[in-house]
Amino acid sequence: MSGHVSPKSMYFTIFGALMFFTALTVGVAFVDLGHLNFPVALAIAITKATLVILFFMHVIHSSRLTKLIVATGFFFLLILFGLTMTDYLTRGIQPNGQKGSMITQH
Amino acid sequence: MTTPAYPELNYLNATHGIRSWLLTKDHKRIALLYLISVTVFFGLGGMFAGLIRLELTTPAGDLLAADTYNKMFTMHGIVMIFFFLIPSIPAILGNFLIPIMIGAKDLAFPRINLLSWYIYIIGGSFTLYAIVVGGVDTGWTFYTPYSTSASNTNVLPTGIGIFITGFSSILTGLNFIVTIHRMRAPGLTWFRLPLFVWAHYATSLIQILGTPVVAITVLMLAAERAFGIGIFNPALGGDPVLFQHLFWFYSHPAVYIMILPAMGVISELVACFSRKPIFGYSFVAFSSLAIAVFGFLVWAHHMFVAGISPYAAMVFSFLSFAVAIPSAVKTFNWAATMYKGAIWLASPMIFVFGFLGLFTIGGLTGLFLASLGTDIHIHDTYFVVAHFHYIMVGGAIMGYLAGIHFYWPKITGRMYPEAWAKFSALAVFVGFNLTFFPQFILGYMGMPRRYHTYPPEFQVLNVLSSAGATILAVGYSIPLIYLLWSLKYGKVAGNNPWGATGLEWKTQSPPLTENFTETPIVTEEPYDYARQGAHVG
Amino acid sequence: MVQQKESVTLGMWVFLAQEVMFFGGLFMAYLLYRVWYPAAWAEGSQELDVMLGGINTVVLIGSSLTMAFAVRCAQLGQNKATRNWLLLTLVLGLVFVVIKGFEYYHKFEMHHIPGADFVFHGPNADQIQIFLSLYFMMTGLHALHMLIGFGILAWIAGMAHKGRFSPEYYSHVEMAGLYWHFVDIVWIFLFPLLYLVDRVHHVG
Ligand SMILES: [Cu+2]
Repeated sequence: MSGHVSPKSMYFTIFGALMFFTALTVGVAFVDLGHLNFPVALAIAITKATLVILFFMHVIHSSRLTKLIVATGFFFLLILFGLTMTDYLTRGIQPNGQKGSMITQH
Repeated sequence: MTTPAYPELNYLNATHGIRSWLLTKDHKRIALLYLISVTVFFGLGGMFAGLIRLELTTPAGDLLAADTYNKMFTMHGIVMIFFFLIPSIPAILGNFLIPIMIGAKDLAFPRINLLSWYIYIIGGSFTLYAIVVGGVDTGWTFYTPYSTSASNTNVLPTGIGIFITGFSSILTGLNFIVTIHRMRAPGLTWFRLPLFVWAHYATSLIQILGTPVVAITVLMLAAERAFGIGIFNPALGGDPVLFQHLFWFYSHPAVYIMILPAMGVISELVACFSRKPIFGYSFVAFSSLAIAVFGFLVWAHHMFVAGISPYAAMVFSFLSFAVAIPSAVKTFNWAATMYKGAIWLASPMIFVFGFLGLFTIGGLTGLFLASLGTDIHIHDTYFVVAHFHYIMVGGAIMGYLAGIHFYWPKITGRMYPEAWAKFSALAVFVGFNLTFFPQFILGYMGMPRRYHTYPPEFQVLNVLSSAGATILAVGYSIPLIYLLWSLKYGKVAGNNPWGATGLEWKTQSPPLTENFTETPIVTEEPYDYARQGAHVG
Repeated sequence: MVQQKESVTLGMWVFLAQEVMFFGGLFMAYLLYRVWYPAAWAEGSQELDVMLGGINTVVLIGSSLTMAFAVRCAQLGQNKATRNWLLLTLVLGLVFVVIKGFEYYHKFEMHHIPGADFVFHGPNADQIQIFLSLYFMMTGLHALHMLIGFGILAWIAGMAHKGRFSPEYYSHVEMAGLYWHFVDIVWIFLFPLLYLVDRVHHVG
């Protein structure tokens, strides 16, 4: 983690990729993908964040402990999202298998 | 055996003057700063509890008006949870002991450690201010939309106080994690660590991953209250249940911030006073981590009647049953450790037995609440109040007192009067059960929590409860007297009055500012009581 | 020294994990209401300027690049270059905040600040107020992190100016870098989540 000096070209490459994905996410937002617009935007954002974490923050050259901490942070975030949405996305579904509307709107 | 001499040079007399305490970077002195401030908040929270119990001795609301009563139980909860229970064992005993237990000179970030204490004091001041100017009446849970658009009490300063104090807790956890990873003495591998350290490692994980969520939630609540926006307000399209999800995402694991460190204390004491290595060391160690992780998966058991989906309720109910397993693993391992041990019934061990009994009752009654059917019947009744007091007072405070007594000779270099300590342990145990056991029955019979009046047929049990609270108050007060007394008149303790294993007992009592004269090298397995025998002194 | 540096790095990562959960609560609220109120989310998103948001994305990612170079120069012991890269990062950060300020001011003029002065016509007004509340809290908290970052950058640039860093001693710069990249990552999510909701059906 400490000693590793990455070449300048690597940083430019990553920056280029980030710019490309920024343009892509704006462009794709104006194309009708139906229900896929949101997942695609999210996937692009996750890709960009991963690039920043791995290369700008040097996690790719870091210890296993650092990788573990990064993973732990996002894992618990997913627990928060996942278990909370377990409630909201199953409102109206009865335990006996009957199904109401998936989304409760107030 | 010769009487040991009180060490001439130690962390207490290394430097003098109030500045040397308020600007100290010594983890041991910071622990004492916490001890003093946490005790003040404990007294304050206890005072509110006393008023609640006094009001409830009669069915009518003759002492406190309904509004005042609401403020009393709210401030009792807020002060006890955020300003006493959460910092109690980690910030006092953890702070004092972790560096010594791992053979380090201090925590990884001594300045951040001091900063944590100041943040705690600033947050505490905001909350005290809120109490002084009239208090707050939302319940410690701050449920919306009452807290954001109806209550006319001091929600904002209290919320700010809790927000600020949260960062004290986060920074303490951060400090512990880094310290345990990086500062261990040569030879002190992970599986040679005292279980107290494992428990604090797990606690720190919760502090770091859970506390920020309640912080941002309180911030959203404050914004909603201050600007009238509708994130949690159903009248404006918001969802109050979202607030509950976010609140309990932290506040269920927060119970483990209170109980895990106590479990760490119990593991140390059970081994020491049974004169045996802990049974199933790695199971006890990993069960701490399991509790920390599983503790994050069960929060909605507080919301079974709040309108969550039946499907989600089933998932959370199942997971809540599962989280009992690692706690049971610990309890069985402690029992197995004591089995056929030569148990020494010194006063700290009496507190340990208190913990084991009360925590077991608290844990088992939790299963009633985790099951969907019974929870609907006993939700928001005194059954719940009794249950969580068995965990958080019977468990956490018993563990805290056990730890304070066990480590008092290390902290101060002096012994307290053993007979008084045993009397205190007994008074706490008896008083506690008399206070809270009737509340299980009251709750089962249907007495709701958070009301200042009740039907006359509940009076007998309520009077018993209030009488128990009086005994409990005595049990809590006498250590304050004899521990202070011992500072001057107590017998000199020597390095290792309990004949315990562990690096903390190899250094002098009270320790030097730098803990050890030279960095210790660890070659022993943990809790090696068989080989070490019981040399006291 | 190595021990100390590793502790600082570890502490910083633990702090960032804490930050993930801190922002996480807001993202959770965002997620729920996006699922509940897709129409209001789309309508609210149209109130934001994709152009300004896009420019800010480029500016902020650019500042991450300059920050990465600052760390790299510090690793090589080039104090002057480190200082210059840090100052460039600071300038880009300022550009971001100024543009953000214009966006906020525009909202103020339109009475789109949630609260007592909030004015919005149409059936989705309440839900759009929730969208804008989350917009202001998320971007506001993000901007606050940037302001704190400015202080750190200025301090570290001062150290570099005095020639404090060497290939053995540069963890200040490295830590500032980690913090700055984290702030960048938050924005990488905020931009599509806030500015690009359902643009297809609401062109113009
Ligand atoms: Cu719970």
